[in-house]
Amino acid sequence: MTSYIYPKFGYRRSREQADGIVTRHPIVVVGAGPIGLTAALDCAARGQPVVVLDDNDTVSIGSRAVCYAKRPLEIWDRLGCAAPMVERGVSWKVGKVFFRDQLSYQFDLLPEADHQWPAMINLQQYHLEEMLVAKCRANPLIELRWKHRLISLKQAADHASLAVETPDGIFTMEAQWVIACDGANSDVRKMVGAEFTGQFFQDRFLIADVAMKADFPTERWFWFDPPFHPGQSVLLHRQADNIWRIDFQLGWDADPEQEKRPERVIPRIRAMLGEDTEFALEWVSIYQFACRRIDNFRQGRVLFAGDAAHQVSPFGARGANTGVQDIDNLAWKLAMVLRGEASEALLDSYHEERAHAADDNILNSTRATDFITPKTKPSRYFRDAVLELARHHGFARPLVNSGRLSTPTPYLTSALNTPDGDAVPGPMRPGTNAADAPIAVDGRPSWFLHCLGDGFTIVAFGEVSDKTEIRVGPFAAKLIIVGRDIEDPTGLLAQRYGASPGTTYVFRPDQYVAARWSGFDEAEITEAVLRAAGHDTADRTELAA
Amino acid sequence: MTLNLAPNITDPDDFYAELIDSQRDLDEEQALRMNARLILLLANHIGDRKVLTEAIGCARAGG
Repeated sequence: MTSYIYPKFGYRRSREQADGIVTRHPIVVVGAGPIGLTAALDCAARGQPVVVLDDNDTVSIGSRAVCYAKRPLEIWDRLGCAAPMVERGVSWKVGKVFFRDQLSYQFDLLPEADHQWPAMINLQQYHLEEMLVAKCRANPLIELRWKHRLISLKQAADHASLAVETPDGIFTMEAQWVIACDGANSDVRKMVGAEFTGQFFQDRFLIADVAMKADFPTERWFWFDPPFHPGQSVLLHRQADNIWRIDFQLGWDADPEQEKRPERVIPRIRAMLGEDTEFALEWVSIYQFACRRIDNFRQGRVLFAGDAAHQVSPFGARGANTGVQDIDNLAWKLAMVLRGEASEALLDSYHEERAHAADDNILNSTRATDFITPKTKPSRYFRDAVLELARHHGFARPLVNSGRLSTPTPYLTSALNTPDGDAVPGPMRPGTNAADAPIAVDGRPSWFLHCLGDGFTIVAFGEVSDKTEIRVGPFAAKLIIVGRDIEDPTGLLAQRYGASPGTTYVFRPDQYVAARWSGFDEAEITEAVLRAAGHDTADRTELAA
Repeated sequence: MTLNLAPNITDPDDFYAELIDSQRDLDEEQALRMNARLILLLANHIGDRKVLTEAIGCARAGG
């Protein structure tokens, strides 16, 4: 059915299996999907060698994830691969919601100008994975091992022992740390016996990827109860190569085997597109969904990320997008622990921060699901009332929920934050991901986020110091002075950071704000950097001395 | 603000009659749909989340 040609990456027997010598690796990633590949790239970017195991030897079959949001694009840009994704994908920011045959309301995901990356791109998961694989292959710190199936995992105090099956038989390898990115049905999760609980939704959806030349604009269109599919919802998204994603809500009573058959699918699409539109089916599947989370993202020496750690309904594009952000949070912490610059306690903050984000995603996703699939007759009346009122009255539009699209969850209560005073105004509170802004370096235009992401970074507005770095215990934090190292020609940087002369920010390696003050004080900076690296009070006093 | 549970409608009989009359020619389904719209309109007019929570609790408790 599909016109996409799946690459074969090719199995190779590893040296350690050939020699039969058990080797201990610092980091083993299980699963070469978007999250596992991003994990490999980010750990390598932090200087750590990584081995990736995958039981297959190609990219994801069929189209799964479609929408990638601005924050993951910023992360992939830090890893050097966002530009080709944006070029290959389709960028969009406008969503329209229809009720029956009328436009109910529309939204704009990026109403503000002067950001480097679009609000959202749509790209088939297989294209995205191919790009990530190419990037991994070009990195000497990353070894991709295809046709390597993990069959058991045993934890010891300082490592995990992995039995791995390949076409050459079974061998054992060891890992100081394992990052499990093996998806919603994670075998690793079962091997460590972690709980994975939540809510299942009694509804079924038909996903169809359709090749067609159509003149729909590049926008997200969502219909409630449209004339061509009465009583249910429909979602339309454009992907690359004139492929369109159509989601039909089918209800709980639908028979998944029957509904997958082309003779059932084609009339549904024809009713939507009209008799004259020519199209070809690329991919069809039926799914039902659940919102679930693992009890702890860290299980001894195993760290869970992506769908292996949390599963959400697809409305809001919160699956892959939040998984990439798990890695963004984890990689720098793991690298610091491996280098002995931070204690293992820092990894517990990975659970603290990302479980909080997962809960936020699950909450949003559950609320969207309750709106899209009302569970009782009275709740359907309320839902329809919102849609009817939204057509004429602005007040009802914010209540329409066809999925709140993925934005980063701030870690406002994280123990890594330095408590915020009221001295600096504006929304960039500790625990918030850094806002981008246009800047200039040596007179050439650039973006603020390009300055951040390589270790801790201090940014101060105005000539507060003549240093270029600040040494804090094991860390050398780069000091960037706005006005000396970078320029703020439009004033947008100062505006977005509520800055006046002297304002100082500490950014974590994942580009999150750790601390901010209205003045520059090295003792405060030292304390904040050590806190953000997970050092407790006694540690901080010793290291700062 | 707290939920006002003291009489607040001038000419209560007239209001009640208007409410009932507005649904006289509707079937049950139409009336229930209208009620849902009415609740949302009034809730937005009140706006205050604390008052809305109190009202939901009071209604749920049966008065």
